[in-house]
Amino acid sequence: MNWLTNYVRPKLQALVRPKEIPDNLWSKCPACGHMVFHRDLERDLHVCQHCGHHLRLSVTKRLGMLFDDGKYQRIELPKTLDDPLKFRDQKRYVDRLKDARVKTGEHDAIVVAHGRIGSNNVVVAAFNFEFQGGSMGVAVGEGVVAAAELAVLQDAPLIVIPASGGARMQEGILSLMQMARTTVAVDKVKEKRLPYIVLLTDPTTGGVSASFAMLGDIAIAEPGAVIGFAGARVIENTIREKLPEGFQKAEYLLEKGMIDMVVHRKDLRQTLARLVSLLRHRGPAGDLVPMAVDVPDIYVDDDE
Amino acid sequence: MSGGMHVLDFEKPIAEIEGKIEELRRLTDTGDVNVADEVGRLQVKVDRLLRSTYAKLTPWQKTQVARHPDRPHALDYINALIEDFTPLAGDRCFGEDQAIVGGLGRFRGSSVVILGNEQGNDTQSRLARNFGMAKPEGYRKAKRLMEMANHFGIPVITLVDTKGAYPGVDAEARGQAEAIARSIEAALNLRVPMVTAIIGEGGSGGAIALAAGNTVLMLEHAIYSVISPEGCASILWRSSDAAKDAATALKLTAQDLLALKVIDQIVPEPLGGAHRNREQTIRTLSMALDAALGELTPNEGGVLRAKRREKFLDMGRVGLE
Repeated sequence: MNWLTNYVRPKLQALVRPKEIPDNLWSKCPACGHMVFHRDLERDLHVCQHCGHHLRLSVTKRLGMLFDDGKYQRIELPKTLDDPLKFRDQKRYVDRLKDARVKTGEHDAIVVAHGRIGSNNVVVAAFNFEFQGGSMGVAVGEGVVAAAELAVLQDAPLIVIPASGGARMQEGILSLMQMARTTVAVDKVKEKRLPYIVLLTDPTTGGVSASFAMLGDIAIAEPGAVIGFAGARVIENTIREKLPEGFQKAEYLLEKGMIDMVVHRKDLRQTLARLVSLLRHRGPAGDLVPMAVDVPDIYVDDDE
Repeated sequence: MSGGMHVLDFEKPIAEIEGKIEELRRLTDTGDVNVADEVGRLQVKVDRLLRSTYAKLTPWQKTQVARHPDRPHALDYINALIEDFTPLAGDRCFGEDQAIVGGLGRFRGSSVVILGNEQGNDTQSRLARNFGMAKPEGYRKAKRLMEMANHFGIPVITLVDTKGAYPGVDAEARGQAEAIARSIEAALNLRVPMVTAIIGEGGSGGAIALAAGNTVLMLEHAIYSVISPEGCASILWRSSDAAKDAATALKLTAQDLLALKVIDQIVPEPLGGAHRNREQTIRTLSMALDAALGELTPNEGGVLRAKRREKFLDMGRVGLE
């Protein structure tokens, strides 16, 4: 026993440990490849300190950094039918859903919350890219509808934050119908003369971009976010040539006149607060402190 | 009757017998009486085979029928059904997109604005119309014409037949997503009747851009889907060979869509599909369009708009299970 506990185990731990720690503490920037220390990443709102790349955010982090004091109230979304088509490819869709629910701890790819941004009461519907690529099926459509209804009910602006590859194929035509459905939903907000603001994040494509996401009174995008209708690969296969530099990036859309502004993540909260207060004829919200996100303790930070 | 017509794989046994019939008919000219009997016998066989084949088309076979080159396209319906058709061009922003035809005309005596995806019927027209795949200009023209219809209190008819919106650099640069979204929004806001007919292939966002009607009709063998079976197969099965399986899984047939309450009515096709009898298909759709418009017309504009919006707001929420 002595030999095992005193000699072999430490040796094994020594072998394993150096590998594990950097995995947890360092992230590789997908854009420039630099390793970024996790505390720095948290401090910088998941923006790479080397190249400014805006990394994808979990939905809880996203909400936490937008609402005043990181405080918000999630609303429970009406249940929808899980697998309306009984869809099966190489795997059953119900199993894919189950996996995604276990992986993310969420029911589907959208979270709806309300709270204050710069003291303005707002409703936010944020997509969860980690859940099936943020794809829009009936449940996500339901989320947008619920958010819109809540905004009307609370006489509050609606902010939608897509991060989605598009329609969810496994719900077939019903996913396509969500394009019309969500369009009606956001129009109901606009009819009440409540601001409808879209914050386009990476990625916003397909059926999501071709419906509610492009109908905002104001369209904001995060730097570098891919925004477009057709996927780059599909386009490349169709035209059989290289795509132009920066194609479908937020800055490209800004140049083409498709969005109002590209805003750095650290300025989003102030920008949203300012826009909402201007559109609602309200005075400035007073002193807005720059966003800060709680830096969790190193050893409890496991999944986010 | 089928001389020169494009023959689908599963139609080959039928085409073979029809070939025999034609051969025999040529013989009849030489005066053989027994040949007439044989022709009649074979014709019965053809009809029986057509009936049995078309009664149980698989979703993949329907996809092929829906894409049959001899199937009537939007302009075939427009030319046959719309008097005084006056095409209107351009989106007033950038250009004219011939992948979507649209204009004013008279349907059964009353003014309509009619819009349709047109893919062309020979190499030249297919190229000019970009194979029916519209760019933002097309959707912006559609929006403009729908809003004009609304302004003048004229009902809208849309004929949907497209693989989808064009995936290209220029289309993206000019805001393909926004153009589609605005077209959907415009349709949903109309205070005039809007009737949609899915006449061939209803492909993805490019289709729904023109398909948010009060009443959505669909031809018996048309398909309507969030993604093409080939596209779905290459993503979910990682092989386009699985298109058959994808077609089944996607539930893209008129019969499936009626059950899902996504469409309101199936318009029957002649025996053997629309391509076998274009005139009859056009006549049948004409009657269905007329009936649908007749039902909607007495309604007040606000009611038409509200009902259309309610219907799409409920998509996927109710009536399933």
